[in-house]
Amino acid sequence: MRVISFSLNGVDRKLTVDETRTLLWVLRDDLGLTGTKFGCGESVCGACTVLLNNEAVRACATPMSAVEGKRVVTIEGLAHDEHLHPVQEAFVKHLGFQCGFCTSGMIMGAHALLLKNPKPTRSQIINEMEPHLCRCGAHVRIVQAIESASAVIAGGAR
Amino acid sequence: MNREKDMMEVPEGRGFVQTMDRRDFLKLTGSGLLVLCSVDPLLGQSAPVAATQRGATDFNSFLHIGADGRVTCLVGKVELGQGVMTSLPQLAAEELGVSLASVDIVMGDTDLCPTDRGTFGSLSIRMLGPTLRAAAAEARAVLVQMAAEQLKLPITDLEVRNGVVSSKSAPSKHISYGELTAGKRIERRLDGQAVLKKVGAFTIMGQSAPRRDALEKVTGKAKYAGDIAPSGALYACILRPPSHGAKLLRADTSSAEALPGVRVVRDGELIAVLHPHRDEATRALALIKAMYSPSPSRLTHETIFEHLKKVAPEARATGSRGSLADGEKAAAQIVEQTYLKGYVAHAPIETHSAIAMVEQGKVTVWAGTQTPFPLKTQIARALNIAPEKVRVITPYVGGGFGGKSASMQGIEAARLAMATGKPVRVVWSREEEFFFDTFDPAAVIQIRAGLDAAKRIVFWDNTIIGAGERGSALFYDVPNHRTAVRGGWNGNPADMHPFAVGPWRAPGANANVFARESHMDVLAAKAGMDPVEFRLRNLTDARMRRVLEAAAKNFGWSPKPAPSGRGFGVACGDDAGTYVATMAEVKVDKSTGKIQVVRVLCAQDMGIVVNPEGAAQQMEGCITMGLGYTLSEEVQFKDGVVLDTNFGTYDLPRFSGVPRIETVILDSPDLAPQGGGEPAIVTTGAVLANAVFDAVGARVVQLPMTPARVKSAMKG
Repeated sequence: MRVISFSLNGVDRKLTVDETRTLLWVLRDDLGLTGTKFGCGESVCGACTVLLNNEAVRACATPMSAVEGKRVVTIEGLAHDEHLHPVQEAFVKHLGFQCGFCTSGMIMGAHALLLKNPKPTRSQIINEMEPHLCRCGAHVRIVQAIESASAVIAGGAR
Repeated sequence: MNREKDMMEVPEGRGFVQTMDRRDFLKLTGSGLLVLCSVDPLLGQSAPVAATQRGATDFNSFLHIGADGRVTCLVGKVELGQGVMTSLPQLAAEELGVSLASVDIVMGDTDLCPTDRGTFGSLSIRMLGPTLRAAAAEARAVLVQMAAEQLKLPITDLEVRNGVVSSKSAPSKHISYGELTAGKRIERRLDGQAVLKKVGAFTIMGQSAPRRDALEKVTGKAKYAGDIAPSGALYACILRPPSHGAKLLRADTSSAEALPGVRVVRDGELIAVLHPHRDEATRALALIKAMYSPSPSRLTHETIFEHLKKVAPEARATGSRGSLADGEKAAAQIVEQTYLKGYVAHAPIETHSAIAMVEQGKVTVWAGTQTPFPLKTQIARALNIAPEKVRVITPYVGGGFGGKSASMQGIEAARLAMATGKPVRVVWSREEEFFFDTFDPAAVIQIRAGLDAAKRIVFWDNTIIGAGERGSALFYDVPNHRTAVRGGWNGNPADMHPFAVGPWRAPGANANVFARESHMDVLAAKAGMDPVEFRLRNLTDARMRRVLEAAAKNFGWSPKPAPSGRGFGVACGDDAGTYVATMAEVKVDKSTGKIQVVRVLCAQDMGIVVNPEGAAQQMEGCITMGLGYTLSEEVQFKDGVVLDTNFGTYDLPRFSGVPRIETVILDSPDLAPQGGGEPAIVTTGAVLANAVFDAVGARVVQLPMTPARVKSAMKG
């Protein structure tokens, strides 16, 4: 057990935890942030994607030791003051989901992509999202949503 | 339990009324208009027939209108992503004459909703829809009658808009539903006499209503079974055998028990380690030293087909007409072919999850399930308690596809909650999900068919092993045919499959349509005809002709016998009352055998469409999911061991493999709404196999069409 200090959705946190535990289960079980989903436990589905210092990581494969001193953003930290983030808005508009279980990870993955590359080409979007699995088959609309969010973000509208 | 934490923050009119308990419900329905429906015990499907006698407190109802004018629909169906949470309220709002926003829906709660067999078979709109519409129409008739009495006006002078009944001749005379029902308790039972609105009068049905689950799903607020968090809950990780058929000989749990905070429960064969943290429970489970007897199974994913031919039950004829012998005599050309398909996993991204708690002898289980009512019965049986002591609540379900018709995790959670007295959560690992999945069965389908000199099909002899009959019926004109079925996704002898099999999105139809529509193209090639023209020559069914012609027109199909080199394919299918015709364009890398699907167009006649955007989403989902069983998905196993334990080896469709998808929904106002969740998936196998043949002249007869199988077919 040790004290881990990090920023979670913009708020400084100090947690006394076993540092070998993963961020996924600490978020879900200790902090009650259940928007980040367990899908595979082996970093091969993307459902648990969160941002660590603005990079997309899989929370199921991120030990708490790796979180020390970093900024963590989860799906719960994306909307501000009841205003949806443009990526969230685009997922609603284009219906980029069905069952919704992969959606948090999809949105966080897309958000990370647009942070580093606000105007990705379609093939860059597909490449970035390739590790994210969606079983319902919402892929076509997810790509449309990311393109639409990119247009909003790159256009400066918010 | 911590009720605050459990509360779902759902704005009215948007989602579940999830935390309502029986007491709240009685309060809600203590006044107002309640429309009750009966349940046909044979079908288990609610039906608008004369009600069986129910007590006044039996809230096995469909619809309630409160004094505040809000409408609550109560349905045993669940929201799996298919969108019925949005489309079912459209039906109610339309028939009642209220705004969509004033309708709430409670789903999949066994204490509050009418009994329901489960959410599968594309039945929600097709079978429950008419009942819900009838309940709403009945309520409207009652309210208009009451308004007529109150306003002292003839019914013919009244109209309903947004829950307000007003006079056509003197619009200042009006009264709202809420005012009519205030302070009264009115109960009506459906008698099947309600008159439904005509298509032309629709203002809500037929429009794309915004999805009610959107906001919660994009903000992470949507609750699934694993997200429900009563205080003091423990995670359970359960000891599992290494292979199917292996028997537990002994288990040493002492090392696991030595870990701080870990509790071990042994309840017969069920051995579980429990801890408040999931990751700690997983670690403890790994410390159990268990010995199992080896599995008796020696089957593999390669030897399974010969095995099935040997052990499948005797054939039963499901369809026959004319005489095969007469057909053979008339045939100028005969072609015989065997088609194969492996086991396919459901692989929803949400693994089977449930949380159970016991309070004052009542067991409440939140479960990700397609079958809350059957699960309730199974839990009562497993715990040996009365069914009314069990309540199953179904929050959002993270995908089902048939796989959550079986909900063993709910029984496990309930047993462990009973054993520990604590709330217990069971969230299967991905490995458990692959191991205990009820796979889509492997299938061997033999078809022998003949053409006469006029290139008309004169006989069709079809033997289906493993897939069952769904999707095998012939809508083509075949004077002499026979369909024999040996086993299906249920009712098989115990030794037929090495693990559980069950319903998988359009169960059996994916295999059967792959075989039939592949064989249609084999015959078309034999006849030297374009595959669409060949189908039309053998098709008088007007509805299917219309769908096929619509697909051809929108796709831009020009007639050419295959292989034309274009990589174009076609396939037709019918499922859940809906007709589909799908066309596709593929490119095949001749050196690797890899198939890239360029575009897919699907035309569909599903009768009256309730929510066009929702229907299109289902079609796109079907086509995309269908790429998996067609191109890459096949469960690998050996000696009872499921070799696929995660997505690293079991390949779901991914972004790079998804083509351009176009959907065409035909206007079909004279037919009641038909199924939408499954039909468009049944044609994927054949449409791509036929497109591959058109591209490279190689006929692939086994799904999935892996690069190796395509290359092997190209060698002939």
